[in-house]
Amino acid sequence: MRALGKLAITQIKLYLREPIALFFTLVYAPMMLVLFGSIYGNEPVEMFGGRGTVDVSVPAYIGLIIITVGLMSIPIGTASSRESGVLRRFRVTPLSPVLYLIADVAVYFLMTLLGVILLVLVGTFGYHMQFDGNWISVLAGFSLGALAMFTCGYWIAGLAPTARIAQTVGMVIAFPMMFLSGATIPLEILPESVQAVGKFLPVTYVVTLMQGLWKGDAWNSHGTEVIVLAGVLLAGVVLAAKTFRWE
Amino acid sequence: MTVIRVEKIRKTYGKVVAVEDVSFEIRRGEIFGMVGPNGAGKTTTIECCEGLRRPDGGEVNVLGLDPQADGNALRKRIGVQLQSAALSPRIKVWEALDLFASFYPSAVDWKSLMERMGLAEKRNAYVSGLSGGQRQRLFIALSLLNDPELIFLDELTTGLDPQARRAMWDLVRDIREKGKTVFLTTHFMEEAERLCDRVAILDHGRIIALDTPPNLVHGLKAENRVVFFTDDPLPEDGIRAVPGVVRVDQTADRVVVCGRGDAIVAGVVNALGAKGIRYRDLRTEQATLDDVFLAMTGRELRD
Repeated sequence: MRALGKLAITQIKLYLREPIALFFTLVYAPMMLVLFGSIYGNEPVEMFGGRGTVDVSVPAYIGLIIITVGLMSIPIGTASSRESGVLRRFRVTPLSPVLYLIADVAVYFLMTLLGVILLVLVGTFGYHMQFDGNWISVLAGFSLGALAMFTCGYWIAGLAPTARIAQTVGMVIAFPMMFLSGATIPLEILPESVQAVGKFLPVTYVVTLMQGLWKGDAWNSHGTEVIVLAGVLLAGVVLAAKTFRWE
Repeated sequence: MTVIRVEKIRKTYGKVVAVEDVSFEIRRGEIFGMVGPNGAGKTTTIECCEGLRRPDGGEVNVLGLDPQADGNALRKRIGVQLQSAALSPRIKVWEALDLFASFYPSAVDWKSLMERMGLAEKRNAYVSGLSGGQRQRLFIALSLLNDPELIFLDELTTGLDPQARRAMWDLVRDIREKGKTVFLTTHFMEEAERLCDRVAILDHGRIIALDTPPNLVHGLKAENRVVFFTDDPLPEDGIRAVPGVVRVDQTADRVVVCGRGDAIVAGVVNALGAKGIRYRDLRTEQATLDDVFLAMTGRELRD
C-alpha cells in the first residue's frame, strides 16, 4: 500500500510538471467553454430543448477531456515510459505490474476529474450553468466513460511498437472523435450522415450519457450507452492486459 | 560459497545466437567481470541472471533461486543497474530514492545512502539536470536501497569521462568491502583488470577465457618491455646479458629492451647502474588484458 501511495503521489507530481499534458487536461476544455460562451452566451436555444449553449457544452466537453487524456496522454505517456526504459527500471524491483497500472490509472482518473471540476466551476460561476441531475449519478457515468476510454489508450500503447507510432495513432483517432462525437460541436447541428458516423465512436456514448444525466434522465433511458461503454471497458481491459509490455 | 551458477546457457534472437554454451560460477564477496566487445553477449548473460530474459537452454541459479520461477523473491535480494534503464527526466533525486525505497519490504535509510553516494547537494535536482556520473551514482544508489547481497552492474562506466570512471571504481570497491558480491559487465579491459577479482572474456557469445586478470596475462607468456632514454653509448653485451632479455632495440636515444619474466626490469636497472649509464624516463610496458584478447581472437577489442 505504501508503494501504491508513493507511486501515485510521484506520478501526480510528474503530471503537474508536464505543461502540455496539463494544458489539455485542465485548461483546454474550460478555455473552449469561455470562447464559445462568449460567442453564444447561455440563452435558451430551441434546438437544445430550451437549454443554453453552455448547459449542453459542459457535459459534452467532459467527453473532450476524456478523449485528450485517454487517447493522447495515456498512449504517449505509457509508450514513452516503456521506450525510454522507465518501466524497465521498475521491472527489476519487487513492484508488481498490477500495482503499477492501478496507480497509473488512478492518477489519470484524478487529473481528468480535476479537469471536469474546473470546467463545471467555470460553467457555474461564469455562465450560471443549469444542472438538473444528480452529482453521484454523473460521477458514476463519468467514471464508466473515462475508464472505458482509458483502456483504449493502454492498448494503443501496447500495440504500437514505438512511442511515435502510439502518439500518431492516438491523434488520428482522437481528432475525428473530438468533432464527430458531439464532444466539441453539438451533434444537433451536424448533418445526419455525420451523426451516423458518430454512432460508431464510443465517445459519442460518453457525450450523450453525460448530457442525459446532466438533465436528470434516469439510467434506464441510457441503456445503450451503458452497454456500449461497459463493452468497450471489458474488451479494453482484456486487450490492454494482453498487450502490456515492460519493454 | 557460490552466489551465481550458470550452466551451459544458450539464447538466440531469431537466427542470431547471442549466447552459446556459457557456464561460470560467481563466489560470494568477489567482483566478477564479464568483458568483451559490443554484441558479445554480455548483457544477454547478465539479464538471464537478473531474470529479465529466459535462456533457451541451460540452467541459471542465483542465490539458490531460479530467476524465472522465483523472480519476486530474487528481486528483493538483488540490486540491479541496467544498461538501458531510465528515470523520468522530471523526477527529483530525492523523489526517485523515496519512491524506489517504498517498493521493498525493508529498505535502508535512503537519506544516508544519498549522502554516501555524494548526491546530497543534488537532492532537489531533476534527473535531467544531472551529469553522467551523478546519474550513474543515483542508479547505483537505487540498486542499493534494499541492502542487496548481490549487485548487477551492466556497463556502469560507459559514456563517463576518465575521472568519473575512476570515482565509480572506488564506489564499486566500497560495495564489495561491505561484503556484497558484484557481477559487472564492461567493454573496457582496463576496468576489468583494475576492478575485478576474476574476469570472463566473452566473444561471439562464448566464454573464451576465465581467470584472475594476472593469471590471464601470465598465461599469455607475452613479452615485457623496458623503455628508457639515454645519451650515453650503450655497451653491446651489458644489457643483452641480463637474464630473460631477448632483444634490445635502439633508435637515436630511445632504447627498448624486450624480454620475458618480471625479473628483467630489476635486471636492466641494475645493469645500467653497474655500468654507470645515465638514463631518464624509464618505464615498463607489461601485457594487459587487451593483449590477451588480441592473442585469443586476433582482433583488437577497441573496434
